[in-house]
Amino acid sequence: MSADHHHHHHDHHHDNRYSDMQARVRALETVLTEKGLIDPAAIDVIVETYETKVGPRNGAHVVAKAWSDPQFAEWLKEDATAAIASLGYAGRQGEHMRAVFNTPETHNLVVCTLCSCYPWAVLGLPPVWYKAPAYRSRAVIDPRGVLTEFGLTLPDDKKIRVWDSTAELRYLVIPERPDGTENMSEEELAKLVSRDAMIGTAIAGVPA
Amino acid sequence: MNGPHDLGGQMGFGPVAPEKDEPYFHAEWEKRALGITLSCGAFGAWTIDESRHARENIPPADYLSASYYEIWTRALEVLLERHGFATRGEIDAGVKQMEPATPKRILKADMVPAVLARGGPCDRPVETEPLFRPGEKVRTKNFNPQTHTRLPRYARAKTGIVEAVQGSYVFPDDNAHGNGENPQWVYTVVFDAGEIWGEGADPTLTISVDAWESYLERL
Repeated sequence: MSADHHHHHHDHHHDNRYSDMQARVRALETVLTEKGLIDPAAIDVIVETYETKVGPRNGAHVVAKAWSDPQFAEWLKEDATAAIASLGYAGRQGEHMRAVFNTPETHNLVVCTLCSCYPWAVLGLPPVWYKAPAYRSRAVIDPRGVLTEFGLTLPDDKKIRVWDSTAELRYLVIPERPDGTENMSEEELAKLVSRDAMIGTAIAGVPA
Repeated sequence: MNGPHDLGGQMGFGPVAPEKDEPYFHAEWEKRALGITLSCGAFGAWTIDESRHARENIPPADYLSASYYEIWTRALEVLLERHGFATRGEIDAGVKQMEPATPKRILKADMVPAVLARGGPCDRPVETEPLFRPGEKVRTKNFNPQTHTRLPRYARAKTGIVEAVQGSYVFPDDNAHGNGENPQWVYTVVFDAGEIWGEGADPTLTISVDAWESYLERL
């Protein structure tokens, strides 16, 4: 192989280790287990936790409670971490919570342009699009365009506030309570609150 | 560092592609990658800041074409080798070849609920009063360190308003490199889109970042 050829090859080096992630991760788990460093049963519990226990239903409960109970809403504004913990939601990626309230004047949208910071304790694991370059790059420069891709067109005069989660604060959007829900229970209200409404890429649903 | 992770304002990635009724995982290996990453974090050998920096250090072409669990896995392998838990050769072969370093903790199944419920709070007391007050106009610093930072490129050398003092927290720019937690006050700083993006910016848009005190200068 000529020196030229070798150089060329080096510049275009592709790391084939990651072409088969299933095999790569299996090898990683095997060797770490053999070394006694990880417990495959612990992995099962972690996965089960985020598949069945920690997800957007937690956040929807927080929102429904805030809509139904003005005192709770005030607490959420002043100390979201404590208010949310009072409902039993705390811990990993929810240690330092802030709740941001949509109003008739302002719509809030949350992003992490630098990685994938997300309020796991109330929303669970982030969706793929939240962690992908298209959303992370555009949410801060063209949020209206991003929102239309979610089917949400805001009035031209509605202000948009984008929260880039650059530190360890994790943001939960409290959407506006839909009209016609005055007589609904907390449980019924929670069903109107989607994951996306708590990120800010949607608004709360209307009652059926 | 000005790495591939610092995406705010970049263009060319196309539309956002929300998936209807998206599953939590798209493949079995993603479940294992999540669990392995969290289990290895429990070793106590590195901080969340060091792991973020390891992800940022993935070569740009690889970073931008990888799924997020692949990014986590690639970075984890670097951390495992750096801290003496497993070599590249061992992971390539899937076979133990050397005794690993001793972790502070090995996460067993029965420990998981408590560990997840505790999380990793990173607020720390500081001796000084906050330098800035809500309502004050500040300017972010202009810097381009080769090391870890949480001030995105788009928000450097920009004028904004302090909206809130959010408490004092571990300083990632030091902590990522093993240089101590050195906590500082953190502020939510709000910018008009026009200050960030200039001509053609959405006049109804404001953007905030959470900035450590040393990122900011008084005007």
